[in-house]
Amino acid sequence: MKSPIYVIDGARTPFLKARNRPGPFAASDLASAAGRALLLRQPIQPTELDEVILGCAIPSVDEVNIGRVVALRMGCGHKVPGWTVMRNCASGMQALDSAIDSMRAGRSQLVLAGGVDALSRAPLLVSDAMVAWLSKWYAAKGVGKRAALVTELRLRHLAPVIALMRGLTDPIVGLMMGQTAENLAYRFGITRADMDAYAATSHERALAAQREGRLAHEVVPLYDTSGHVYVADDGVREDSTPANLAKLKPFFDRKYGNVTAGNSSQVTDGAAWLLLATEEAVARHGLVPKGRIVDSQWAALDPAQMGLGPVYATAPLLARHNIGLADVDAWEINEAFAAQVLACLRAFADDAFCRDELGLPQALGTIDPNALNVDGGAIAIGHPVGASGARIVLHLLDVLERRNGKRGVAAICIGGGQGGAMLVERTAS
Amino acid sequence: MKHWTLARDADGIAWLTFDKADATTNTLSREALAELNEALDELERNAPRGLVIRSGKANGFIAGADVTEFSEIHDAAGVREILSRGLATFDRVARTSYPTLALIRGYCLGGGLELALACRYRVVVDEPSTRLGLPEVMLGILPGWGGVARLPALIGAPAALDMMLTGKTVDARKAKRLGLADECVPPRIMDNTARGMLRTLPPRRRLSFPLSLTQAPLARRYIAQNARKRVAKRARREHYPAPYTIIDLWERFDGQPLAPAAGDPASIETLFATPTATNLIRVFHLQERLKALGKEAEADIAHVHVVGAGTMGGDIAAWCALRGFTVTLQDQAPARIAPAIERAAKLYRDRLRDPRRVRDALDRLVPDVAGNGVARADVIIEAIFENEDAKRALFAALAAKAKPSAILATNTSSIPLETIATALRDPSRLIGLHFFNPVARMMLVEVVAGQDSDARELARGAAFVRAIDKLPLPVKSAPGFLVNRVLAPYLMTAMRAVDEGVAPEAVDEAAVAFGMPMGPIELADTVGLDICLAVGRMLGGDGEAPRRLASLVEGGNLGKKTGRGFYTWVDGRAQKNANVTVPAGLGARLVDPLVAEAKRALDEGIVSDSDLVDAGAIFGAGFAPFRGGPLHYAKVPAA
Repeated sequence: MKSPIYVIDGARTPFLKARNRPGPFAASDLASAAGRALLLRQPIQPTELDEVILGCAIPSVDEVNIGRVVALRMGCGHKVPGWTVMRNCASGMQALDSAIDSMRAGRSQLVLAGGVDALSRAPLLVSDAMVAWLSKWYAAKGVGKRAALVTELRLRHLAPVIALMRGLTDPIVGLMMGQTAENLAYRFGITRADMDAYAATSHERALAAQREGRLAHEVVPLYDTSGHVYVADDGVREDSTPANLAKLKPFFDRKYGNVTAGNSSQVTDGAAWLLLATEEAVARHGLVPKGRIVDSQWAALDPAQMGLGPVYATAPLLARHNIGLADVDAWEINEAFAAQVLACLRAFADDAFCRDELGLPQALGTIDPNALNVDGGAIAIGHPVGASGARIVLHLLDVLERRNGKRGVAAICIGGGQGGAMLVERTAS
Repeated sequence: MKHWTLARDADGIAWLTFDKADATTNTLSREALAELNEALDELERNAPRGLVIRSGKANGFIAGADVTEFSEIHDAAGVREILSRGLATFDRVARTSYPTLALIRGYCLGGGLELALACRYRVVVDEPSTRLGLPEVMLGILPGWGGVARLPALIGAPAALDMMLTGKTVDARKAKRLGLADECVPPRIMDNTARGMLRTLPPRRRLSFPLSLTQAPLARRYIAQNARKRVAKRARREHYPAPYTIIDLWERFDGQPLAPAAGDPASIETLFATPTATNLIRVFHLQERLKALGKEAEADIAHVHVVGAGTMGGDIAAWCALRGFTVTLQDQAPARIAPAIERAAKLYRDRLRDPRRVRDALDRLVPDVAGNGVARADVIIEAIFENEDAKRALFAALAAKAKPSAILATNTSSIPLETIATALRDPSRLIGLHFFNPVARMMLVEVVAGQDSDARELARGAAFVRAIDKLPLPVKSAPGFLVNRVLAPYLMTAMRAVDEGVAPEAVDEAAVAFGMPMGPIELADTVGLDICLAVGRMLGGDGEAPRRLASLVEGGNLGKKTGRGFYTWVDGRAQKNANVTVPAGLGARLVDPLVAEAKRALDEGIVSDSDLVDAGAIFGAGFAPFRGGPLHYAKVPAA
């Protein structure tokens, strides 16, 4: 039996939709604000943490090791190490797993782990051709040589490279993430109407959760320096009905594709944290756990099918614990795309898929839609890439508590063709 | 030597270190100056390759002359003696056969800067605590040890006059920009820089050509006239003669303070003919006394929790975070806290400039709707609306969660502490910490003792006030404490004068002519007329509220904050009619009730002695500083 890893508490910022300009907060602002609020409500001082681990897919150039930057900004002092992990969309989940490794190795007892991204602040880069031209410019001596160089400059040199678009394009197969979702839709026969219906449900559920105050403990407010406060995820829309969603144009495979901005996750800024503790730390500090992370699993697959990652990661995780889909009381599967979540559900239920791809005798079965993403997901609230993997683990524990469930699985697909899954259990209270 | 140590290194460079014995701060006392002369004698006998003058104190270079010695001066002759003592010494420094360098880390003020100016080179250490300035004007005196001559010669008249006439200090980087310092370096290379400069002897800094013109005689006349006009906007010559003396000295006597003969407007004799300098030095000592009141206990504070994010609570929280404390700010909803964070960000940008330091200060100020900070706080300050039941309920809840060692304080101005304290199991824990608006500018905080307040808690409260760099004034819990109590009759009298038909402008002019920094009507508009009315009612006064005040409040015209009060306010400024005549005797009529109330407050023991009454009136109520305080003023026969 592995030593237990307890989740004491967690908090996240509201997820703020990117609106085609840099958002009000840098990634380290987001992570510091959520972390400070979380630590403030616990009976420990920030300086008592053993380490801080933060997942981030696109850290900005002036906070590359953002884990350390944030640890210092939260008041952890000089002596608490902080580091940053990167596993694309699962960076936040990787941070939790890295924390677990540290704790099981006996190096740490109390770790703050989570994820962040401020996608609205992803930079515009200078093209390689422009970099080459600039290097010649700086080397050129004299007005004549420089004048000659000016004649070499072309307008296309000035076109910026949008880092976010590069980040969301697979470098091996050259597909945008939305195009990998189109692949899955084609493979499993998922229609546009299926996707839009799923997306509408995500919004509906997220709205209900907001309205009923179910996120009050999870989401802490963000304050900017112009007198504004952000208290809720701002991408959730009342008008995201199937009828309205049907009006949107396909974004990735233009014209005849099915994946639209409306049935994809939103580009968003946000941060999420979990406070993890070993049994010893729980006893020493008198902490009250919400639950524990029982086990985790990583898997990999064809980058062009990356959205099925959750299936590949979940199957061995369940097998290791001798449980089936029906033994799981609540599910969080990150909604990168509606098509991708629906494809996962179909793959779980598909005999051929489970036999050929997972080496199982038959299909794993079905997941009750009412046990999956019950408060909506990234389609409604957004997907600040690095943060989502931590958010779904945190939220899953809240759902289990609310529904008096015991066991839950949080799974996430990862650009580049990977999947991650975590099995959690609520601590009986 | 007791105060200086002289050492020579292998390069032949002499290091003269000032570390004043039995003092935390380096000041140039008579004895310290005498010893500096001894050191110079020794260096004359055996000239070094170069001399570095530096401080042995961690907190700064030299804070200036020893102000305590000023009280020994009784006439102009005494002043001339003190001036010539320093002038002669610094002239010796300026004329040494070997090169000299002042290595400046931390504050370098007054006589300290004048010593540095006498050196050939100045190296400043690039840290926020490094501040250079000639603040003598704030004591009603002038930089008498060569500063008025040397500073303009080094950095040009415009910048030099600005520093000398306002008393403002500059930081290390600005000192370098101005040419006041030759180098601005981090501590890690300060010694190397000093050594390197004395080895290589870079050319002495010279004024740029345009700035050198400002020292020409005709330019001096023109610049001096302009400077007088600027000073006149802030201070009248009959109240504050020192800045005018400084301008005259620079214009006509090349900054030599002993040159003008008695009878000349620029002479020491003329300057000391008014009691201003004596009174401002008194104010300095009052300030030192208030500071000492914060030394009677250890504050031992890291975390401050403030409840109520309104103007007062929010600004108190912002100030504490600016001063380095971790602060949690609680209110009922995030939207109530957001404006406080915006104001804090503005304050930090103004005060700290450096974006990293601004970020760090904002990181220390944590919004806390749930009140999680209560359990961690070392000081808890309540600043919610003035409601007895709400405050009692709040303190009962706070005490249940707070650490047993936490200071529990209320910022109430109108509810008796004793009433609030009954909500606590141990009523002796509650003290008052009464701040003034605007928090960032008002130096004074009244430390209020309720009937049961524990003496040790009060001492810790005063220590906390010092820790946030404010001045603690211990007062007894009684309506209005000291400051509001002495202000109220003054404001009410002013408003009754308006009711009688005197123009608000005339009332304000009468008060400003007396020496108040702002007229009472403008002050009332600034504070808020609703608050004035409430305070006036609380303090009873004689019967009905002033009519115009009552009608303005009834009409929702509350002063600056609503854009209309006694004045119309445009862009934060009162629109005033310049052509008014001030009725004779109005100034005295306004001030007399304030003085009378101050006497009553002393008689009733609200404040323990008359000096503290004066200190409170000056730092809290803005009573004309050059008059030395209301009770001091009352003792002196009218001039």
